[in-house]
Amino acid sequence: MKLLVCISQTPDTTAKISFNADNTEFNNAGVQFIMNPYDEWYALVRACELKEALGGTVTVINVGPATNETTIRKALAIGADDAVRIDSDPKSAGFVAKQIAEYAKNAQFDLIFFGKETIDYNGSEVGAMVAEYLDLPFVSYASKLDLNGTVATLERDIEGGVEVLEVDLPFVLSAAKGMAEQRIPNMRGIMTARTKPLTEIPAVAFDGFEKVSQFTLPPAKAGVKLIDPNEMVELVRLLHEEAKVI
Amino acid sequence: MVLVFAESPRGHFKKSAFEAVTYGKKVAELLGTDCVALTLGPVDDASVLGTYGAKRVLNLPDASLTHFDSQLYTQAIADASKQLGAQVVILGHTTTGKSVAGRLAVRFQGGLISGATGLPVLAGKNLLVEKTVFSGKAVAQYELSGAVNVISLMGNAVKPEQTGSAVAPETLTLALNASKIRVKEVKTQEGTVPLPEAEIVVSAGRGMKDPGNWGIVEDLATTLGATTACSRPVADSHWRPHHEHVGQTGIAIRPNLYIAIGISGAIQHLAGVNNSKVIVVINKDPEAPFFKAADYGVVGDLFEIVPRLNEAFKQFKAAN
Ligand SMILES: Cc1cc2nc3c(=O)[nH]c(=O)nc-3n(C[C@H](O)[C@H](O)[C@H](O)COP(=O)(O)OP(=O)(O)OC[C@H]3O[C@@H](n4cnc5c(N)ncnc54)[C@H](O)[C@@H]3O)c2cc1C
Repeated sequence: MKLLVCISQTPDTTAKISFNADNTEFNNAGVQFIMNPYDEWYALVRACELKEALGGTVTVINVGPATNETTIRKALAIGADDAVRIDSDPKSAGFVAKQIAEYAKNAQFDLIFFGKETIDYNGSEVGAMVAEYLDLPFVSYASKLDLNGTVATLERDIEGGVEVLEVDLPFVLSAAKGMAEQRIPNMRGIMTARTKPLTEIPAVAFDGFEKVSQFTLPPAKAGVKLIDPNEMVELVRLLHEEAKVI
Repeated sequence: MVLVFAESPRGHFKKSAFEAVTYGKKVAELLGTDCVALTLGPVDDASVLGTYGAKRVLNLPDASLTHFDSQLYTQAIADASKQLGAQVVILGHTTTGKSVAGRLAVRFQGGLISGATGLPVLAGKNLLVEKTVFSGKAVAQYELSGAVNVISLMGNAVKPEQTGSAVAPETLTLALNASKIRVKEVKTQEGTVPLPEAEIVVSAGRGMKDPGNWGIVEDLATTLGATTACSRPVADSHWRPHHEHVGQTGIAIRPNLYIAIGISGAIQHLAGVNNSKVIVVINKDPEAPFFKAADYGVVGDLFEIVPRLNEAFKQFKAAN
């Protein structure tokens, strides 16, 4: 079985967010980067578990500059067999999807995994786009995945519930909480990751139809108004008259 | 024209559909054109979409659309857009909308903004639209330059407005491919408003000490008609069901009112809730980081404060 896991690199949640002088680009300086948690904890770990149980290979792919290698090596340490890096800045969701689709279209993967969204742009876009390029079914927000031969059974989070469904390989999925448990790479994993193959591929040209024209920081909160614990009637009055939310 | 996909899971519209049509009408006004609403699968009564501003309401009643399949929905929306000559396609930023928006953008070779939080403005022929990024820590304005642009609209970003009158739905016929997805079962908790749609959320954390103490939280939620949520450790220790988990690794919400009870306000928790319009924090520790993100704070023991707050809300409800 051939599995592909698409991994993104994102600023750590605790990172301070700032932009360049004309507010058109994210300022990387001093920012700690991590593997996008949904890609790592849920998509990658579940792919590795399936490979370990059923045989096959797990390939990870990242669209990003050479500095992303640390993140890619971590994915190899967690259990992926080989990696591909498309050598370019990930300019937009559309750009990244095009690169992954170009790579995957002739590679005959049985299953392509994404995390449900990235924690930077929170778009949930790339998985659906890749599925469209490859004309494959897309199961989003999957919280459970089991395989029986070429038939997959999945649970999918929907608003206020879950959907249980079946689909035949190949298809594309995006993974949510529940799919797997976070895996800390062990010493052996870290050692072997150093020598696992990492292939670099140039990007294909793609002009998208959207770009960020400006970033702004949200207005600072006015500061908390403290209410005496014995004055809950006053809090209710404020929520009604001042905040107008009840 | 502007095409709005009005989602109707299991035959019923939800608030996101009315928000999307309200938004679509305003986008149509901006572009000097009409807003047309499209519904997929068997649906209760689509004429109501006219009251939110749809000039025409189209329904594709095909039974194969009863269950969601991103390929079929994409085909239906894309074919309808082409037939009607849509310039902008609008969907709710729901699990369905998000799974289709990217596919549509690829099919149209068009622009996409996922999770728009406000109305577009025009920049020549292009649209400028905003969304929040970096888990609510910044706002990004996108410029969309496609011949067709796709917008998925964040929940609670606009208020549904009934400004028009009902419109008789027209039936649309399109030939659809066979679905490759076999839905076996849909399990939903009927009767409660799902978290992403809730206007008021009452959320509690480890400060509750024991799952047996949740009665006071549920009582408060019942008084307010609110949906309950929780912090991650609470869900991880199975004190509360997983679908209540909000934050960076749970779900992100933006209700009008978020009441946080016995939650410290770690950055990963805030990532999922800091776009709430008004935040009330109840915590015994005056140094709890959540107070920095709060609009109103009460420092003290939640076991005394929550029942008192519930009584105050009850009095308010009785008087109003
Ligand atoms: C990568 C990563 C992702 C994460 N994702 C999430 C996420 O999505 N969502 C999330 O919630 N967390 C997440 N976390 C965990 C997060 O960092 C915090 O650990 C967690 O939010 C703390 O939960 P809590 O506030 O319920 O508990 P605590 O931090 O233990 O806080 C309990 C609070 O209750 C107060 N309290 C105690 N007793 C009383 C009382 N009697 N009356 C009033 N107040 C009282 C205390 O003062 C304290 O502030 C994540 C962590 C990591 C590392």
